[in-house]
Order: sequence, then C-alpha cells, then structure tokens
Amino acid sequence: MLDIIVDYIPVFIVGGILCLIAQIVIDNTKLVSGQILVIYITLGVILTAIGIYEPIAKFGKAGATVPLTGFGYSLVKGTISAIHKNGFIGIFTGGLTATAGGICAAIVFGFIMALLGRAKTKM
Amino acid sequence: MAKKIGEQTIVFDEKISISQTASVVGPMEGQGLLGNDFDLVVSDDCLGESTFEKGECMMLKTSIDTLMRKGKFTQSDIDIIIGGDLLNQLITTTFTALNYDMMYWGIYSACASFAQALQIGSTAIESGAVNRVIACTSSHFSTAERQYRTPLELGSQSKSTAQRTVTGAGCVSLEKGGSGPYITHMTIGKIVDFDQKDAANMGTAMAPAAAHTILRHFRDTGTSFDDYDMVYTGDLAKIGLDILTDILTMEGYNPCGRLNDCGHMIYDTTKQHAETGGSGAGCSSSVFAGHIYRKLKNKELEKILFVPTGALLSTVSSYQKNSIPSIAHAVVISNKKGKQNA
Repeated sequence: MLDIIVDYIPVFIVGGILCLIAQIVIDNTKLVSGQILVIYITLGVILTAIGIYEPIAKFGKAGATVPLTGFGYSLVKGTISAIHKNGFIGIFTGGLTATAGGICAAIVFGFIMALLGRAKTKM
Repeated sequence: MAKKIGEQTIVFDEKISISQTASVVGPMEGQGLLGNDFDLVVSDDCLGESTFEKGECMMLKTSIDTLMRKGKFTQSDIDIIIGGDLLNQLITTTFTALNYDMMYWGIYSACASFAQALQIGSTAIESGAVNRVIACTSSHFSTAERQYRTPLELGSQSKSTAQRTVTGAGCVSLEKGGSGPYITHMTIGKIVDFDQKDAANMGTAMAPAAAHTILRHFRDTGTSFDDYDMVYTGDLAKIGLDILTDILTMEGYNPCGRLNDCGHMIYDTTKQHAETGGSGAGCSSSVFAGHIYRKLKNKELEKILFVPTGALLSTVSSYQKNSIPSIAHAVVISNKKGKQNA
C-alpha cells in the first residue's frame, strides 16, 4: 500500500507542476488555450530532443507522459527509434507511429462522446 | 424638421414615443441583479429548438410577440422592423423577421446596434413617412462564443478581463405621438480606435468611444451630468466603466453617481461567472426594455442619456492582429417633450 502511495507522489507533483505552469500562462498572458496546447507539444519535443524531458518522464511517469508535453516526448522517442530501425525514412514515420494509439483513441472517444453528449451553455 | 446642433447631435422635432417594450433573457441573466425586471426568463436557453442559433431566433421572436401582445399591435400596425445581432450576416434578426409581414432593416454596430436601431427608427418617424417601428436586438452566449471565441465543447476558460455575452433579446416600439417617454435627441458616434488589440478586453477598447460620444453630446447640447438623472452606457462592464469614469472626470465632467453601465448592472459578478460583466447586442436592449424603461415609466427617472457601445471587430480582423475599432451612439430619452430643449 505504502509502495503505491510513494509511487504516485512524483506523478502528481510533475503532472501538477506542468498544469500549474499552463494555468499561470493562461491567466497572465493573451495566449488562448489552443495556442498553449501547441506550445506544450512543441516544448515537449524540444525538451526531449535536448535530453531534459527523459529524466522528468522517468521520475514523473504518467505525470509527465499524459500532459501534452508527453505527446511531444512520444513523438521524439518514436522518431529516434524509427531512425535507428529504418534509417532516414524514420524521420517521417516514427513520430506518428509511436503516437498512433493516442491519436486514434482521441478520435474514437471524441466521436463517441460527440454522439452521446450535447454542447451546453457554460454557467 | 429635425435639426443638427453642434457637430454630431440631432434634435428631433416630432414627438417620438417609446410606447412599449419587451425583454426575454436566459437563465443566468434571470439569476442576475435585474432578474425580476424582464418580461420572461427562459429556463432552457435553446427555447426547445435544436440549435443555439435557432434558440436565439426563438428568443427574439418571443420578445417581439410579447411586445405586440403588450402593445395590442397587429402586424399591419408596424411599418418597419429594425434590428441586429452579433452573428455573421445577421442570421438571428433576418430569420426572425421572416416570421413577420413587415418591412425589414437589418443593421450592424455590434453591441451598439440597439442605439443605431433607435436612431434609424426615430429618423424614419421624424421623416413623417412612418408611424410605428420596432427596434430590436439580441445576443446569445453560446452562439457568440462559438462564432467569436472557441467551440463550446472545448470548455475553455475565459480571461479575467473578458465579458460574458448576454443571452437576451430586447425590443421596443417607437411611434409618432403617444405619451412618452420620448426620444428627443440623438448623437451619432464616430469610430474611435486607441489601438487596443485584446479581444478578451473589449470594455477597454469601447470606453474611449463611449467617452467620445458622451463628451461630444455634452458639448453639442451644452448639457452635463446635472441635466440627466442617469447616463447609461451599453456594455463596458466593470473595467470599461472605470476607464470611462476616469476619462470623463479628467475632462472635467464628474459623474457623481449618475453613470452606470448595462453590462455592469446585469450580472452579480461576485456570485456569477461573468468575469467583468455582460456584453452583447442583447445586453443594452434587454436591460433598457426590462429595467430602464420601467424606471422611466414610473418616474424614478425623468431624463436619461442612453449610450450603447460597440466593439467593431471580427474574427478575421482579430486573427490578423488588427485593433478593435469601437463606436458609441447616444439617444436622449425623456418623459417630457420640451420644444428644442437643448
């Protein structure tokens, strides 16, 4: 039991910090949510490419891979391993192959929710 | 004949009465500070329709039908219906006007559309060719949100400087003669642009336009805050109203509690998630039709300056990082019709 709790602490710390940064950005800049999403993915790509995100992901686990920076992390990791496997062509195929599960799940569940739900006025 | 005085103000000669009003608002506006003043507060902001856009049309239609019933008008009693909304190509007003066998003018000045409708309607009556017109505007949080900002499904957070688009429709009937209150003057606004580019802070963009029109009106007519029981702007909300108060005070006109804003009055921002206050073409019209008109009728107010404000941006102009040109049109509404009382 204690093991599980100890396991979860870094996940919540890393995930929480990533979301806190985004909240501070949305509250204090003119950036809108869509722009912040794109910045987060790009940031994940850059941080992974220069080797900073890998230790964060090792420490924070799902707390680092579930937020959008984690999507950038998966893109880079997939690209690198595809390059090792397939050479040059891996630059083009690696990113989307590695993230195919996430993208496809987002589309399928988004579609299901769109069928089930209806937009409502935010009060 | 109407007469132009000063630079931008026109004095009407005819007795132009606001003979009846009607207002319909959404649930959140009903829970706001003026909730009891509206003719109808709907609990379903789609009004039973399949889309928010159709719901907005139904809301505007309900307000016009309510006006017709209250005023005991038939369709042939109304010469022209003049109105506007916030949606592209004025679909709300146009699809609503489709229900009526009346001449139709669709107009656009964003949230200042209601003032423009009152001005055009008054001008038409002053011309002598028209006896009675309806001036109406509407807006809807969920239709405006997805046109101007983000899809509702995204559920994105609004900025602390943002305003909430009022879900509401207001309409009035203007007619020749009648027992008042009367529209005696109008000041047509000029576009003012202080290069404010933040679409999430429209009160700041519109406040200089409101100040420009109010100051112009005071100078054209030789009046000041002392001559009005209240000056109501359209939808500056808290931030814009504070800026306007500062500008007017700097120019030597102290409002002394005689200045308020429909967007500031409509929500209880301490309890409701409306950020700095309300906005939208339906904000000034529903607050006027529901709240201000009642006060004029029961003589709590005798004479007011009503100044709806509009931020004339579009999504394209915002994407291309343009500034927000703004406008404010003013009308004087008084229980007394003094001859040339300027």
